Amino acid sequence: MSTKASRSAARLMLAPAVILLLAWMLVPLTMTLIFSFQRFLPLRGGFQGWVGFENYARFVGSSAFWPAVQTTVLIVGGVLLITVVLGILLALLLDQPMWGQGIVRILVIAPFFVMPTVTGLVWKNMFMDPNNGLLAHLWRFFGGDPVVWLSDVPVFSIILIVSWQWLPFATLILLTAIQSLDSEQLEAAEMDGAPVLSRFWHIILPHLSRAITIVILIQTIFLLAIFAKIFVTTQGSFGTRTLTYLIYQRVLESQNVGLGSAGGIYAVILANIFALFLMRIVGKNLDR
Amino acid sequence: MGRIVLEQVTKSFGDVTVIPPLDLTIEDGEFTVFVGPSGCGKSTLLRLIAGLEDVTSGSIRIDGRECSDIPPAKRGLAMVFQSYALYPHMTVRKNIAFPLRMASMSRQEQDRRVEQAAAVLNLTEYLDRRPGQLSGGQRQRVAIGRAIVREPAAFLFDEPLSNLDAALRVGMRLEISQLHNRLKTTMVYVTHDQVEAMTMADRIVVLRAGHIEQVGTPLELYHNPRNLFVAGFIGSPKMNLLEGPEAAKHDAHTIGIRPEHIKVSAGEGAWSGVVGVSEHLGSDTFFHVHDTGLAESVTVRADGDVRFSHGDRIFLTPRTERMHRFDTNGRRLA
Repeated sequence: MSTKASRSAARLMLAPAVILLLAWMLVPLTMTLIFSFQRFLPLRGGFQGWVGFENYARFVGSSAFWPAVQTTVLIVGGVLLITVVLGILLALLLDQPMWGQGIVRILVIAPFFVMPTVTGLVWKNMFMDPNNGLLAHLWRFFGGDPVVWLSDVPVFSIILIVSWQWLPFATLILLTAIQSLDSEQLEAAEMDGAPVLSRFWHIILPHLSRAITIVILIQTIFLLAIFAKIFVTTQGSFGTRTLTYLIYQRVLESQNVGLGSAGGIYAVILANIFALFLMRIVGKNLDR
Repeated sequence: MGRIVLEQVTKSFGDVTVIPPLDLTIEDGEFTVFVGPSGCGKSTLLRLIAGLEDVTSGSIRIDGRECSDIPPAKRGLAMVFQSYALYPHMTVRKNIAFPLRMASMSRQEQDRRVEQAAAVLNLTEYLDRRPGQLSGGQRQRVAIGRAIVREPAAFLFDEPLSNLDAALRVGMRLEISQLHNRLKTTMVYVTHDQVEAMTMADRIVVLRAGHIEQVGTPLELYHNPRNLFVAGFIGSPKMNLLEGPEAAKHDAHTIGIRPEHIKVSAGEGAWSGVVGVSEHLGSDTFFHVHDTGLAESVTVRADGDVRFSHGDRIFLTPRTERMHRFDTNGRRLA
């Protein structure tokens, strides 16, 4: 794109896509913003006047707000921890030469392609069911009392289910990162007298740092919005109500669109703070 | 001390034998160069000595100690890799100190050795940079620094100059030779470039398909190549190898005569031919002479001020006493 003509032609060609994307993003955002300043109750006559920041104050002031934030942080943090740690270990394992490597790798990715709703239902009914679930059978086989997963350890159960779905994503990105490591570096470290653990700590882990940051960044943005798995398993009860789920309840269960919209704007701001924060880390990492 | 003895060493990958049984002794303090065309097993041989590959059979002794089952770090060798293999997230200082840190050496001793190595290699002002901020030659020096600080029994170099541009390569060649003169440590150097081998080595090991074709000093190989392969491989430009009636005149299947051992004349000589391409180096000029009836092309060296044009008919006279004679199996005839 060197000449003036080709540059303006390029802009013209790009315009439809850019305009579509902008509209796609801006229209819902604007509508949410407008609703958040209204008292809007669809079942009780709809629009009932402008209320300024009252919805915002009420959303934060509600007794459900801080527990929801806490749950969100707990779930996101737990999933990140599990997926990154296990992802690194799995990636190291899959990097070893073995028979049937291609098939194993495809199988490892499989959970990522299962729809979130299906994931939730499969785990709820086939694994975690206290009577017929696989885990219940396993517990009984070893003479234990089956755990009632979704009501005894609900947050941990949700973390487990979400981790199962996101582990392949982390594994895949970390695996490609490991494969891009120059094998001569590992050999050099071996010659330099570094045992296996030191090689992992001093060579492999620093090499993976960029990939780990990217995994954390992308996953955080998606994990802040998990909804389906909670909806089909605990319905937000037993302390598994995340911020996203709280917003859903305000809008659909309490039929208070204004209050829910205010919550939505909070979520947007929160996600953006996260994104900015993480972008800076990634940016700093990419500089090197 | 660093005397490396290889006895009946073999290496195969599955069914493919890369190194058939091989014996070799590298004397303490010697600069030995493994040279050969790509795929001749020279890098594999180096990796066997380093311990990065396991020998299939045979024994490797370093200073009399059997090493074929000892892990690389315990063999007391240091290696410089083709890609330098620097750790990109560590500063130059940390890169050089890494082997010392792995050996749990005290901080003061680490610092002292790093400073010393940096001074030897002119790296002092770059100690706090990362490898990504250095030029190719500097990275090369860091890799050498990382090898020096361990004070190893021997240095192993795996084509260390092949990623540098031509001018830098000549400079680094000199630096490595000077380093060897100063340290007097055994060095084993792998290259496919016979010029590097000739200029740096105390002894050259010419390899082909895992076999040692000849071992000797650069001039031994130049003056007395044991067979056709060594004759063709050592020397630049290549030795002219002639078969047929001309060779029969000298009771040989093949005769070899180096370009620098043929006299060029406009008027008279033993052979005649037509000048094809001329390569002017300033100091010397190489003529590729065709239609001699001896071979497709004969290369001759003349002084830089000898001028012939494309298509000129010239006369060539070989210096018979410098001629090499080979039998039908390519072996040198006495």
